[in-house]
Amino acid sequence: MSGHVSPKSMYFTIFGALMFFTALTVGVAFVDLGHLNFPVALAIAITKATLVILFFMHVIHSSRLTKLIVATGFFFLLILFGLTMTDYLTRGIQPNGQKGSMITQH
Amino acid sequence: MTTPAYPELNYLNATHGIRSWLLTKDHKRIALLYLISVTVFFGLGGMFAGLIRLELTTPAGDLLAADTYNKMFTMHGIVMIFFFLIPSIPAILGNFLIPIMIGAKDLAFPRINLLSWYIYIIGGSFTLYAIVVGGVDTGWTFYTPYSTSASNTNVLPTGIGIFITGFSSILTGLNFIVTIHRMRAPGLTWFRLPLFVWAHYATSLIQILGTPVVAITVLMLAAERAFGIGIFNPALGGDPVLFQHLFWFYSHPAVYIMILPAMGVISELVACFSRKPIFGYSFVAFSSLAIAVFGFLVWAHHMFVAGISPYAAMVFSFLSFAVAIPSAVKTFNWAATMYKGAIWLASPMIFVFGFLGLFTIGGLTGLFLASLGTDIHIHDTYFVVAHFHYIMVGGAIMGYLAGIHFYWPKITGRMYPEAWAKFSALAVFVGFNLTFFPQFILGYMGMPRRYHTYPPEFQVLNVLSSAGATILAVGYSIPLIYLLWSLKYGKVAGNNPWGATGLEWKTQSPPLTENFTETPIVTEEPYDYARQGAHVG
Amino acid sequence: MVQQKESVTLGMWVFLAQEVMFFGGLFMAYLLYRVWYPAAWAEGSQELDVMLGGINTVVLIGSSLTMAFAVRCAQLGQNKATRNWLLLTLVLGLVFVVIKGFEYYHKFEMHHIPGADFVFHGPNADQIQIFLSLYFMMTGLHALHMLIGFGILAWIAGMAHKGRFSPEYYSHVEMAGLYWHFVDIVWIFLFPLLYLVDRVHHVG
Repeated sequence: MSGHVSPKSMYFTIFGALMFFTALTVGVAFVDLGHLNFPVALAIAITKATLVILFFMHVIHSSRLTKLIVATGFFFLLILFGLTMTDYLTRGIQPNGQKGSMITQH
Repeated sequence: MTTPAYPELNYLNATHGIRSWLLTKDHKRIALLYLISVTVFFGLGGMFAGLIRLELTTPAGDLLAADTYNKMFTMHGIVMIFFFLIPSIPAILGNFLIPIMIGAKDLAFPRINLLSWYIYIIGGSFTLYAIVVGGVDTGWTFYTPYSTSASNTNVLPTGIGIFITGFSSILTGLNFIVTIHRMRAPGLTWFRLPLFVWAHYATSLIQILGTPVVAITVLMLAAERAFGIGIFNPALGGDPVLFQHLFWFYSHPAVYIMILPAMGVISELVACFSRKPIFGYSFVAFSSLAIAVFGFLVWAHHMFVAGISPYAAMVFSFLSFAVAIPSAVKTFNWAATMYKGAIWLASPMIFVFGFLGLFTIGGLTGLFLASLGTDIHIHDTYFVVAHFHYIMVGGAIMGYLAGIHFYWPKITGRMYPEAWAKFSALAVFVGFNLTFFPQFILGYMGMPRRYHTYPPEFQVLNVLSSAGATILAVGYSIPLIYLLWSLKYGKVAGNNPWGATGLEWKTQSPPLTENFTETPIVTEEPYDYARQGAHVG
Repeated sequence: MVQQKESVTLGMWVFLAQEVMFFGGLFMAYLLYRVWYPAAWAEGSQELDVMLGGINTVVLIGSSLTMAFAVRCAQLGQNKATRNWLLLTLVLGLVFVVIKGFEYYHKFEMHHIPGADFVFHGPNADQIQIFLSLYFMMTGLHALHMLIGFGILAWIAGMAHKGRFSPEYYSHVEMAGLYWHFVDIVWIFLFPLLYLVDRVHHVG
């Protein structure tokens, strides 16, 4: 499985891509995209992490089991985020259909 | 039938001296190290429980002051959950049996296995230290902001102890997962694995994915308490309910860390003592995984009255009902396995019957608590206390005792006195019900948990409960005596005293250090009791 | 031997899944308070030095590259080159931690360490204290992982120096690599989440 030796050029290409995305995320942070700034930054980070996982960590050449474990880790992370936010993001909404503030605490 | 001979060479006498135990890499010896340490913690937790029940025999607070009582139920919960229930079956029976059941010489990482025992001991020492220097009074749930800014008891050392012990649990789970994937004997496909192994695989998943979250949460709690930074403090903009979310993200699945291994034990025993293959093998196997996954989706049912949104409450209520399905699948399959079976009422099977009855009551009353409306009425009452004791004591400890009795001849090579074991099983069953059934009624009548006094009209039921606790204590103490007695005087068991299937019964009792003289090759389907027949010995 | 190596790889991946959840709790707290307090988050993030954070990002991704080369050389049985790449990785890691140390020291001077000595003026002070608490816990835990990584790197470099690795026996280097890349990934998320949130507009 991980006996696969990747060519040096592959590592340089990935490194170049990571540098590009780093510059991009810093640059975009100073451009006003309205509500999109945060999602864009997150998307770039996810892309970068995916590159590292697939190529530097060789998951692209790894067994199905390894891929499954990586997916499981992130899936349960999403459960933690998703179900917790299910509570917080619906806090202000009243059962009678009225929509209150998202921030109920203050 | 001739009496089998006690094997001259086995893992118990392969090497000698205290060093050979404390530095052992043999999974069976590590299991015994856990057995001893876990039993010590069980005794300690039981002592706290005894004091609680003694206090509650009278309505007035005449034995313990209010704050002492708070410490008692807190330490009872912490010790029993983190230091007894969570490690009990996995670290003792799982450690001992998984390698043997899959035909391996040891776990995948024997050194890490020993390390996890030491981590457990270090974490336990911190918590013992906290108990000795005055205890902790936050409840085992450490709810903020009380635990961070109000309580003046030993929250920090207890939290550190739990943080450390968590890694023992994580490493055990990691070891099991790798072992089950990589070390199975030739021919032992996934669907030939004993269901005990499937249950432990599912348990390990929870240990790996859940435990780190409670570890980091305890770390945040410690930082909040030490520096007052505001993460969980509403006065500084933090949210105490976030602590509850993070805490229950682990601590609800943790219930399945306790009950899944017990279910694994029950699956083995039901098949063996009904002399039938398990009914619906793949359903029982996959329901373990389903419980592990669904177990992560229901945590906020502990928080229905904590101020979470009504919509989230509805989602979590629905999901909580859903998790009952795989549990029911298991229960029905066990019943179907016994149907028309040649049931052998040996002592482990009596414990199994105890498990089935108590777990069913515990599970069904869980549905009361998953229902939004009912939960608001019985939240934080003795109904909840009774419910989770039916699951964790009636379910998990019954399963643990069933497993200890069933595998004792394999672990030690000797039989215990059967009559005493049956008596103990009955005493535990009767004592348990007498202790906890009145608490359902008390809770429904409105008696809140965690108070050291109560109105006089609740006294009769509380006295019944305390009387039951006495019987329960006797039921738990007798095995300690006759199991120790059997080490020296017990009848030699032979390889397979129950006539059970599975690789663990094909090797000698107690096994050799390397478990098998040669790697076994598996050609049989699991639980092939038709071929095994009623033959015993 | 093959079975042993596969077990170690599997064990490492399971361990990393555990690590994801370990950091996950902090990210959950970050997510909630970011949704609740966007203004404080924007203001708090202005307190962090994008330049230093950016340099550290480049340094750390660079160390991931050198780590990847160390693994590659170990796969090819080139012990000396493996050792050199590992030491270079270690040096880059040290650069990262030293820069982080300067950032922490600056916060200390500004009394921006959450707790009794925390001083911040403005209506969002409490919420910014939460932001900075999460900043310190997340980057601190990340830095702790790096310190542990230094020990591992030094140990493995020592093994390479003694010529221990061969194309059949290099899983130590590979496992150290997986660990190091994981630490890199955590930073890849920390950098935009902490340094770059709402740089341009303060959401009211």
